[in-house]
Amino acid sequence: MTEIRWHGRGGLGAFTAARLLGSAVSLHEGKYALAFPSFGPERRGAPVFAFTRIDGKPITDRSEVTECDCAVVLDDTLFGDPVKSGLKPGATVVINTTRPKEEFQISGVQVVTVDAIGLALEILGRPITNVPLLGALAAATGLTEVKSIEAAIDDQLAPKLREKNKILLNKTYQLVKEAL
Amino acid sequence: MSGKLFVSGDEAVALAVRQAKPHVIAAYPITPQTIVVERLSDFVEDGSLNSQYLYVESEHSAMCACLGASAMGARAFTATSSQGLLYMVEGLHYASGSRFPIVMMNANRSLAAPWSIYNDQRDSLSELESGWIQLYAENAQEAYDTTLQAYRIAEDPAVMLPVMVNLDGFVLTHTYELVQLAEQETVDAYIPYRNFCNKLDLNNPKATCITAGPPYNMEFRYQQHKAAVDAAAKIVEADKEFGKKFGRSYGGLVEAYKCEDADAVLVTLGSVAGTVRCVVDAYREAGKKIGLLKIRCMRPFPAKEAAAALKGAKAVGVLEKDISFGYEGVVYTNVNSSLKEQGLSVPTANWVGGLGGRSISKEDIQGIFDQLLSGRLEGTQTAFVNLRRDICGA
Repeated sequence: MTEIRWHGRGGLGAFTAARLLGSAVSLHEGKYALAFPSFGPERRGAPVFAFTRIDGKPITDRSEVTECDCAVVLDDTLFGDPVKSGLKPGATVVINTTRPKEEFQISGVQVVTVDAIGLALEILGRPITNVPLLGALAAATGLTEVKSIEAAIDDQLAPKLREKNKILLNKTYQLVKEAL
Repeated sequence: MSGKLFVSGDEAVALAVRQAKPHVIAAYPITPQTIVVERLSDFVEDGSLNSQYLYVESEHSAMCACLGASAMGARAFTATSSQGLLYMVEGLHYASGSRFPIVMMNANRSLAAPWSIYNDQRDSLSELESGWIQLYAENAQEAYDTTLQAYRIAEDPAVMLPVMVNLDGFVLTHTYELVQLAEQETVDAYIPYRNFCNKLDLNNPKATCITAGPPYNMEFRYQQHKAAVDAAAKIVEADKEFGKKFGRSYGGLVEAYKCEDADAVLVTLGSVAGTVRCVVDAYREAGKKIGLLKIRCMRPFPAKEAAAALKGAKAVGVLEKDISFGYEGVVYTNVNSSLKEQGLSVPTANWVGGLGGRSISKEDIQGIFDQLLSGRLEGTQTAFVNLRRDICGA
């Protein structure tokens, strides 16, 4: 089972990313997935978590995610102990930042950085980073195919958001792929 | 609409209700049930569900509106959680006593005080005596399927009792997963609407919600009890028929998972059954003989079925998200009573966990099985799982 932890702030769309990934692999790649937010009240701007579990067979485990294979950080001000702890050896951490990658080292972990806000502002005109970071995660890990994420965008996002988000997805995916 | 969707437990229930086509929906939003009623009001608004949606001012009114609708022979639906369920308690008894086949979804959530929106099952388990049939789902697919089954059970002329479908708050209501939707025509054939035998009818006047004094009251109670007891066979039948029509079934009242030769069996209900399943599989691979008894139906209580599944075990544990203060978990009381009725004297122990949203990990469940397998059950009468002993004086 692969477990992904999303670090965001209320309103940034971390849970939407968790759901898009779950939808991509389960509806379009024949796998099974659970996607869930950190349970409880939602407050705009407050640190939030979201989770995606992926497996080749139905997932019955309803316990909390304690150690994950990947962490995705939608806002680099969240980088700290909650990001650095609970990672399996060899985990991948994807961070949205304009700062140098060297500032985010975690021992035994592959760190990938991308300026998702810059790309989102350029293409969407709004600093919404969940779809580009999903693209970056896919590029860094091969967890899912771009075309599956595109299909998930068609399933889950409002029609007016779809085409620009697909452009943003592809551009981020390619940038991260080339940088690896 | 059919095919597979990636949806939450709340959405799965709303989709099932849309296909069940209730004539009347009356509900008041409460976390973590809210998405159910939001989706249903969307469906009514967009025309994909032709129901009368009543935006009521409280849960008490929601239940009362369902009573009135059901009295007129209308298929009714409501949904609630926690404090909302408690607020409708008066109506719960009116519904079961009047034999109104209302279907309600309850998002299992803790009770105040201290106030909490997180999951446990103290809300529904405190209403075991309300006369409602109580079903519990393990995942979103089972929630969808059980909602459809609930209408078939409730409206069976031999049952005519309200049914509560329970989903663990957040753990199921807010988790997205694959759900296979059914073809509408198959749903229509599975739960065709038929006139209720007790509906108000100008051409055949009857009374409902009546007063019954000492000469008649007991007889109403006897009939109500008998209907609830007899409902057990109808619940099994509804699940079997569901399996034939839709290709999925859940064992009726209980699911005995790897219990046949098990030395230790853990009894539980709701979503944590899934986590227990993981531990059973892992321990079985390591050669340890353990099993899971999942209770789908708490009322009527499947006493014979539970005892049959537990009869070979050397130790039985009950893990539940509730506590009857001053005694023990109520599921444990029911399981012990079943064992005694069937003349079984297997050692049992009770673990209370997950209160107010406290996590129950696989390691916690392993610890429970280790203790059951060790045969040393001292200190396990109402043991609190994952208790922070340092801050509560334990």
